[in-house]
Amino acid sequence: MREELRIIADLVAPGARVLDLGCGNGELLAHLQQHKDVVGYGLDNGAEEIAACIRAGVNVIEQDLDDGLARFADASFDLVLMTDTLQAVRAPDELLDEMLRVGEECIVTFPNFAHWTCRLQLASRGRMPVAKHLPYTWYATPNIHLCTFTDFETLCRDKDLTITERFVVDQAYRQGALINRFPNLFGTTAFYRLRRTHA
Amino acid sequence: MFPPPDSVGIVTPQRRRFGALDLQCGVRLPAFELVYETYGELNADRSNAVLICHALSGSHHAAGYHAETDRRPGWWDVCIGPGKPIDTNRFFVVSPNNLGGCHGSTGPRSTNPANGEPYGPNFPNVTVKDWVRSQAMLADALRIDAFAAVIGGSLGGMQAMQWAIDLPERIRHALLIACAPKLSAQNIAFNEIARQAILTDPDYRDGEYVKAEANPDRGLMLARMLGHVTYLSDDSMGDKFGRELRSGDIASGHDVTFQVESYLHYQGRSFSKTFDANTYLLMTRALDYFDPAHEYGDDLVAALSVARCAFLVVSFSTDWRFAPERSDEIVDALVAARRDVVSVGVEASHGHDSFLLPVPRYLAVLSEYLDRVARECGQ
Repeated sequence: MREELRIIADLVAPGARVLDLGCGNGELLAHLQQHKDVVGYGLDNGAEEIAACIRAGVNVIEQDLDDGLARFADASFDLVLMTDTLQAVRAPDELLDEMLRVGEECIVTFPNFAHWTCRLQLASRGRMPVAKHLPYTWYATPNIHLCTFTDFETLCRDKDLTITERFVVDQAYRQGALINRFPNLFGTTAFYRLRRTHA
Repeated sequence: MFPPPDSVGIVTPQRRRFGALDLQCGVRLPAFELVYETYGELNADRSNAVLICHALSGSHHAAGYHAETDRRPGWWDVCIGPGKPIDTNRFFVVSPNNLGGCHGSTGPRSTNPANGEPYGPNFPNVTVKDWVRSQAMLADALRIDAFAAVIGGSLGGMQAMQWAIDLPERIRHALLIACAPKLSAQNIAFNEIARQAILTDPDYRDGEYVKAEANPDRGLMLARMLGHVTYLSDDSMGDKFGRELRSGDIASGHDVTFQVESYLHYQGRSFSKTFDANTYLLMTRALDYFDPAHEYGDDLVAALSVARCAFLVVSFSTDWRFAPERSDEIVDALVAARRDVVSVGVEASHGHDSFLLPVPRYLAVLSEYLDRVARECGQ
């Protein structure tokens, strides 16, 4: 399993009801089903991904995330996951709201646009960054809403969402003193665990 | 070459007689027969059986040929055969004709033992629930405790859904294709127009047309023409027929027949020769009355919470008879009921009829899902 998914798997409580947005080939859900006894559903809209989910024996619903989560009732899941997808949806802010409507909490991961390699490319060469964690050229990228960790945290504050856990890593999914000190400069990927702030 | 290598080849319908069945309408059928076909072999632990449920105008003849001279194979030959999605090398496929049908199972053309005459219009109302019970009696007779899967499109999918709710211990997977949790007012309206076409045909003779040696050909033809329009999409009709003329020319207005008209006439006429009018009335009523949520306080989530099987729900983008939104209702209820479900929306241009056609993505999804079902029963 991808390291990113292993990190998330460790964050999931046993027996949870889980919704995985952009579940891909279903390997995270398959793992959670086998090892954590979760009742999980994945959402994806790629034919190959759906086929892989069927093969893996996980629940999957073919749907475009941009069509929203209106089909799910309030609080119908304990946890809503979205790995490496936030930056590719049409309205990430609205989707975050929806995730915390249908779920008690959510875990979101996304690549950091403020990583020093990106800053350097933009500052020194005046070019759109292409990096290991952001491998696409500007014209062929699915990432239409890239942000930095600071941007994301500002959005959470504006929306009154509580970040209960943050986990920042480098490309090799390692943590380190430098990353802990300057996450928005040296981290490539962040894992955020969010809840709605209750009055 | 006959038969094609991916065909089950020549098949022979079988027939079984059963004792009394108390129907949902309160009438007791003292005895009845089901005609059915089987394809493939039942494995040693009898775990690889799948049940095929047919739709409105289907029959037990789902795959293969009855004779080398048959022009066409069974109605779902696209999906059933060696190496096909419902792989007869791995599954034992059971395909009955529904009770009340007109292809050999006890129905309006059968003799009523009470008076020695054909049942005709007096054949009792049968429901999807009744079909499930009669199919379970067939399973008992074949010593099949549980089906690895119950599979159906349209009205067939409704039977699979009812199986999941009524006999949760006897079904491992339910495959609901181009299905709906109940009919909409518009669906019922179309059915009622079809019924009125039959009922108002002078040759219907209050349903006693067999005794009168007549047949409401006209009514059946109209019913089928109307049905056919609802099975296709605007686009697929456009692609297939456009505004092409079969004869005449529009400028003079003489003898103008559009291709689509001639197609519908042909479909309607051939249907009226092979299908029984009372069966058509009965099948459309079973469709109209289907509503598994009703006995659970009109709560579909509660109804599906009873199910123990996993579900595959497939819809087609241009199906407007049972649109993808209708499948979504089922899927959403399954999620709320925390049942296992895979939901796929297939882009297909042929409307409701897509479920009978070789749409590549559709067949790939069925194959993938049924491969998993087969692996689970050790095939």
